[in-house]
Amino acid sequence: MTYDLVVIGGGPAGVAGALTAAQAGLRVALVDASVRLGGQYFRHSADPRPAPGLGRFLRQARALDRRADVRLRHQVWNVTREPGGGLTVHATAPDRTAVPLAARRVLIATGAYDRPLPFPGWDLPGVLTAGGAQALLKGDGVLAGRRIVVGGTGPFLLPVASGLAGAGARVLGVFEANGGLGLARHPLLALGKAGEAAGYAAALARHRVPYRTRQAVVAAHGEREVEAVTVARLDKEWNVLATRVVECDTVAVGYGFVPQIELGVQLGCRTRQDVDGSPVLAVDAGQRTSVPGVWAAGEPTGVGGWRLSEVEGRIAGLTIAAESRAAGSRAPESRALEGRTDESRTDESRTDESRDAEGRDREGRDGEVAGVLARRRERWRAFGEALQHAYPVRPGWQGWLRDDTLVCRCEEVPLARVREARDLGATDARSIKLLARPGMGWCQGRICGYAVSCLAGEPPQPPRRPIAQPVTLGALAELTDDDPTTPPLT
Amino acid sequence: MSDVIVVGAGVVGAACAYYAARAGLDVTVVDRGSVAGGTTGSGEGNILVSDKEPGPELDLAVLSNRLWRELAGAHGGTGAHGHAGASGQRDVPGHGGADGGFEFEAKGGLVVAETPEIQRQLAELAAKQDVEHAVVPAAELRDYEPELADDLAGGVFYPQDAQVQPMLAAARLLRHGAESFGRGTLHLRLGAAVTGFVRDGDRVTGVRTSRGDVLGDAVINAAGTWGGEVAALAGVALPVLPRRGFILVTEPLRRPLIRHKVYTAAYVTNVASDSAGLETSAVVEGTQAGTVLIGASRERVGFDRTTSVPVLARLAAQAVALFPALRDVRAIRSYCGFRPYCPDHLPVIGADPRAPGLYHACGHEGAGIGLAPATGHLLAQVLTGTPPDLDLRPFRPDRFPEESS
Repeated sequence: MTYDLVVIGGGPAGVAGALTAAQAGLRVALVDASVRLGGQYFRHSADPRPAPGLGRFLRQARALDRRADVRLRHQVWNVTREPGGGLTVHATAPDRTAVPLAARRVLIATGAYDRPLPFPGWDLPGVLTAGGAQALLKGDGVLAGRRIVVGGTGPFLLPVASGLAGAGARVLGVFEANGGLGLARHPLLALGKAGEAAGYAAALARHRVPYRTRQAVVAAHGEREVEAVTVARLDKEWNVLATRVVECDTVAVGYGFVPQIELGVQLGCRTRQDVDGSPVLAVDAGQRTSVPGVWAAGEPTGVGGWRLSEVEGRIAGLTIAAESRAAGSRAPESRALEGRTDESRTDESRTDESRDAEGRDREGRDGEVAGVLARRRERWRAFGEALQHAYPVRPGWQGWLRDDTLVCRCEEVPLARVREARDLGATDARSIKLLARPGMGWCQGRICGYAVSCLAGEPPQPPRRPIAQPVTLGALAELTDDDPTTPPLT
Repeated sequence: MSDVIVVGAGVVGAACAYYAARAGLDVTVVDRGSVAGGTTGSGEGNILVSDKEPGPELDLAVLSNRLWRELAGAHGGTGAHGHAGASGQRDVPGHGGADGGFEFEAKGGLVVAETPEIQRQLAELAAKQDVEHAVVPAAELRDYEPELADDLAGGVFYPQDAQVQPMLAAARLLRHGAESFGRGTLHLRLGAAVTGFVRDGDRVTGVRTSRGDVLGDAVINAAGTWGGEVAALAGVALPVLPRRGFILVTEPLRRPLIRHKVYTAAYVTNVASDSAGLETSAVVEGTQAGTVLIGASRERVGFDRTTSVPVLARLAAQAVALFPALRDVRAIRSYCGFRPYCPDHLPVIGADPRAPGLYHACGHEGAGIGLAPATGHLLAQVLTGTPPDLDLRPFRPDRFPEESS
């Protein structure tokens, strides 16, 4: 059978998009790799301090569960345009078997992942990404007594640090490499997020966590695991001015986020450069990519946080539903599902969405997205871009590296080998990879790709990952037979 | 002003530059991109004598095989600069000697037959090829490859088949050419796209590039799959067209599962086929990084890079049929490349009488890595007026009828 819509990613954008489309009567599947919905931001629902918006998200997720085919622990490794015009979303099930899903339309809502920068010792156990440190919060009592240093850049460090401190860890400091102004004049304030900023400031103060700007973790030390870090005072370009050693057993570092766009790149979607240079999927006012039948919402269209993701997901759901109706592709069985939407009257989003959907109907494909949603998207987009301006990655970090510092941890490629590749005639990140192997291992350059691009002196290129997630040869081989679940599409 | 300008910094261009510099010529290599950024960067690094019918290409392959061994020996390096993955596997059988700094490995090739009839044909071909080989009965296949499926009818083992890491091979040949000899010089101009030729009357006296003119007495077109486009800039027709191939790459294995390059007999017929449609045959081998490379597909679809799941599925199915233990191994990457093929499946090597001063070294289809040193060596002989070791007439640039080009 063919879904009207397959949504890839179960964070705020994917859930909002899937729910909106399902409420409009479409037959929807949502695929996500993890064990529960939520994405990077909402996954850790066991946090002592629930993230803002969590309650709203959980209501949406529950509503979605009744109206769509939600497939958790399914990894999407490829999306293909079929000759007939439809799309196939290739996933693998938890038992590693192949699950090809036929779809008339696809929404890419794959979020973003942490962007680390390499530094000496970052391969030691105990060095985590900021997002990885949040995952620690779920373990019972794992954190009590831990001495943690949080470093990097961007507002995401604040909830990470306050979450860790609230869960019983001793947070020895938050080292923000940008901004010489301190928490009292944090950019969140200028952006009208005074309440949120004050909340974090209060939480950090309560736990006596120092917040230091223009400082960074530039090295980690230890025999078998982290025992201490070197914290440096930085100039504006992140060159080291002075250092001191801080003893700790855990380091959480994050230098922003990398939008996860490889499925769009596979499909040939046009990309653009975001404010921080990251390649992101280009979309129109209705969240359509340049490839017919393919929409994108959330961080893959530009990092901007969960509020922007949610509104983009809703807009995508609405334009998908409108187009689906216009194309007359509404499957009869999806009308049966529609009868159940009454249960969702309690959803705060429900009434808005049906009104918006009708508005779209009248305006047709060329019409604008309903004003309220478009304006909300505009506002949060500006907020996201302002944060990217306020928290850039400065080039001085390259000076933190030594010849033997691993740039790629999967393939154990030290800086010296990257330099050797450049010396041998590699003029861009791709040829550095071909000659020295950074990015050829398990993570396919998700961790080191940004750093290698910087070392190559070019902006990060759209990632080519034809196999976006590992898939067993056995599962791949299953796809040689014509699969009964993927009939010719109309 | 150089003696020779080489267009293309892939493995063929690198070998041309290397042998020309060794012959005392001053060389400038021009490429629009990076070193090994085209088809070389998508290759498996095969150095095969096993897959070729007797004839001029096999002669070229046998000469090239010897030259690769010499290059690996002459330039030492034991690969100890470490391409080990996180799991640290470096203990690949047959490894340990000098690898030239480009992971040369004389691993040997095993061609396997699915039926007794195919086995008979394989043995016949091997007898005609006149290269070192051993016919392997079905019962002895597992002495070579313990993980092979048990329904095979036998095979032929070719000890001379070898492998290099092709990107490193190109880069190291350019480096060795620049450093080792002193008589000739070798300069690299990367990021310079050739936009035309400098002519003195009919004669080619240099190339125009996006970064200025480069002058030289001779120009070698080593632009691989794009060799036809470069030739057209000089006003000569050369029918080099892309033939797409996909390769699947597995996760690094802790223990090498596959010792040699192993492929099925269908590969030999596919290589020589003229079909435009999709053809696949199992070609499976381990690498020093611990990964397993799985090929090979051939289709003529222009320069379309879109990943084809049906092709990947067929490659996986064929590899699993050959090595059942691969079923649970995960593919983590795939990539595609465009083999430069000519209608008669032979490369173009030699002077172009239609444009004096222009030489070609392209159109090696899927065998460019293997055939590169012989190509460079023979062209250096031509450029220095030495009689070439092989008859170059089968490879001459003007051999194609006009209508096919």
